[in-house]
Amino acid sequence: MNALSTSLALFLAQWPNLHPPAASVGAERFDRLFFFLTGITLLFTTLIFATIFYFMIKYRRRSEDERPPATKQNLALELTWIVIPALICILVFFWGASLFFANARPPQGSMEILVVGKQWMWHLQHSEGPREINQLHVPVDVPVRLVMTSEDVIHDFAVPAFRIKMDVVPGRYTQEWFQATQVGTYRLFCNQFCGALHSAMDGTVEVMSPTDFAEWLRNNATSQTLIQMGQDLFARLACNTCHLPDGTGSGPALEGVFGKQVRLATGENRVIDEAFLRQSILDPASLPLPNYRPVMPTFRGQVNEEQVLQLIAYIKSLSSAERTPAP
Amino acid sequence: MSTAVAEVPVESRVHYLNASYGIKSWLLTTDHKRIALLYLASITVMFFIGGAAAVMMRLHLIEPAGALLEPETYNKLFTMHGVVMVFFFLIPSIPATLGNFLVPMMIGARDLAFPRLNLLSWYVYMTGAAFTLYALISGGVDTGWTFYTPLSTHYVTTHVIATALGVFITGFSSILTGLNFIVTIHKMRAPGMTWKRMPLFLWAMYATSVIFVLGTPVIAVSMILIGAERLLHVGIFDPALGGDPVLFQHLFWFYSHPAVYIMILPGMGVVSELVTCFSKKKPFGYLFIAYSSLAIALISFFVWGHHMFVSSQSVYAGFIFSALSFAVAIPSAIKVFNWTATLYQGSISYDAPMLYALGFIGLFTMGGLTGLFLATLATDVHLHDTYFVIAHFHYIMVGGAVMAYMGGLHFWWPKITGRLYHDAWARVAAFIIFIGFNLTFFPQYMLGYLGMPRRYAVYPAEFQVLNVMSSAGASILGVGYLIPFIYLLWSIRYGPIAGPNPWGAKGLEWETPSPPPTDNFEEPPIVAEEPYGYAEQERAHV
Repeated sequence: MNALSTSLALFLAQWPNLHPPAASVGAERFDRLFFFLTGITLLFTTLIFATIFYFMIKYRRRSEDERPPATKQNLALELTWIVIPALICILVFFWGASLFFANARPPQGSMEILVVGKQWMWHLQHSEGPREINQLHVPVDVPVRLVMTSEDVIHDFAVPAFRIKMDVVPGRYTQEWFQATQVGTYRLFCNQFCGALHSAMDGTVEVMSPTDFAEWLRNNATSQTLIQMGQDLFARLACNTCHLPDGTGSGPALEGVFGKQVRLATGENRVIDEAFLRQSILDPASLPLPNYRPVMPTFRGQVNEEQVLQLIAYIKSLSSAERTPAP
Repeated sequence: MSTAVAEVPVESRVHYLNASYGIKSWLLTTDHKRIALLYLASITVMFFIGGAAAVMMRLHLIEPAGALLEPETYNKLFTMHGVVMVFFFLIPSIPATLGNFLVPMMIGARDLAFPRLNLLSWYVYMTGAAFTLYALISGGVDTGWTFYTPLSTHYVTTHVIATALGVFITGFSSILTGLNFIVTIHKMRAPGMTWKRMPLFLWAMYATSVIFVLGTPVIAVSMILIGAERLLHVGIFDPALGGDPVLFQHLFWFYSHPAVYIMILPGMGVVSELVTCFSKKKPFGYLFIAYSSLAIALISFFVWGHHMFVSSQSVYAGFIFSALSFAVAIPSAIKVFNWTATLYQGSISYDAPMLYALGFIGLFTMGGLTGLFLATLATDVHLHDTYFVIAHFHYIMVGGAVMAYMGGLHFWWPKITGRLYHDAWARVAAFIIFIGFNLTFFPQYMLGYLGMPRRYAVYPAEFQVLNVMSSAGASILGVGYLIPFIYLLWSIRYGPIAGPNPWGAKGLEWETPSPPPTDNFEEPPIVAEEPYGYAEQERAHV
């Protein structure tokens, strides 16, 4: 009982903290829907509880030989309490779905951060070069897209203050995005159970003013940008001996291919995106091209997920330099 | 308080409990009522094992840095809590105990269709439990009850195989029970017991059995595939072997979401009986309650993807799964409204079973409505894998299923044992459980909205107050569950003789002595009236 009263006192003292910080564009939209749903929940709970309590008192058994009247069935009433909740459900469903779809598409030109989860830490890579562990620095008011994968098991990158969360899955790329609206420090969690030290796989997101962020980038400048790292790796792994820019090598030229569609020797059409590039580096035999012999070896085991992401960043840069308007 | 009943009259009548004696007469019995009691004893043991794990976890979480355990141990505890409670307590709880006892009695049959299969199901259950308990004793397992790959197939070194084998084996006991109920309900109803005269509990049992038979094989397949990948390195789920880790989640939830309805549908069946009996009213909307059970069983098979909105599943799949999840909410809402309307103009008494039933309606309503937050695509993103989810499903499974189980146990206890328990204690315990439950789990909704992830052995300090509240509630809840354990056991020996029908309830099971004879009915009953004829019955007395 003592523990109870102390905790109640503490609880009341902390009352204002029951609302998590809402520090992104998405968070405000989320909260509107969340509070609407909370309202619906309170309304129906109160309605049902009040009705039950009223009946409990009004119709309590007064004597053992009481004779309640026979139950009258009422189809109109049945239909009423089917149709009204159904309409509310339809409204909430479409509201939630439209918000979800909007959140699924990062805005064009978002700043990109690469995220690699491994037991039990987050590796974060800026395209300017700086790398971080368990701490992510981003500028305020800029849309940020996270491209994520895992070295081992499934993790999940969640930032409650931004109301975002997405599983980080080995063997594929997932993405999520946010646009922070307030400078500050916010918690980041791994939300998918990932083994012994799951609860230690947390960190912070530092949202900074544009000038502070520029200064942070300067102070943490690396000798190479992400693209340069990829370019180095591209040469070190001798990719450039086959993938010649003029297309005369034994592999296709990689200039301008990102985002295009390609027809495989199997007849399947694929869009060349990050996942496609990752697959062609790690499992080239699964993506045979019509005019090329399948001579490319797998690089599985020679490059880790972060290096794959560096290579992809470099290959993507080969397309952005000469980007032409889509037909 | 029990001195008044110390003088227990000598029981001379032969019934199922005293028809034969000795351990063999129990272990080789084919009497559905005795098998129900074998299950009752087994799942009670499992309930207290799972409960002990929960108590340890809540104690540990009093401190943000963890008060008690290493993270690895904490992980093993929540895994064991989940595995034991889901597969070895909640799923068999009402069907294997009350269902086993009541299905033949309610339709006026002497036993289930396949009595020996029924006994086999208990042995299968015990074998599965033995494997799981072996895993527990020999060092535990730390994958979570969800066994997500590739963590479970490659990265943990604990007893995954023994646990998975336990789950695999015990699944067959569910299949056997489901098969038995379906055949029994189809083929063995007494003359005049038409489908629409069946008690609502039987409709719920029937719907549950359908899920047992159709869903359980899929969890068995998933467990086999985990074993194959772990032992033989067949690449199914692990991307390093060319597998797809998300495939496992599809297989797992294809069973494990319907399994949620295996847990709650029987509870709804029990509550339908209790509300009717203790308000002396025919249920409002009998057919709506009955058919909504079938609707839930059907739709429950098509909503599994709502566990996977942020798993990298296609957003279009998420769209469909979200819509179907709202669809399954409607039949649940129908039941709540109909139970409430049944109270109208009733003659309501507040015996312990009714207190549990009313508690169920309230807690199930809150659990169901908070389910909408998780069915909604956009809100699920923030709440997924947080304490909000924990709170939601404990409102359904503990606030719902366990409350109904306790209510049902109290309602039919006089029939099962022939004795009455101490009524005042029973009401007090029901209140303690209700209060302890809400104090335990309501703060977890707030923790989830604040963003506290589930399965965290340590947590940021700002979450401590709510965690301490929850732990305080858990200690109250624990006491609440111990009290019935004591007075129910007590009543077996010292309780007053109950008589055939202490509640004045309708239904064939109340028309036979308590405890019933081995053959249930002295002569086969013939049903000539509609179910729940409370108003008719009273009129006949005038």
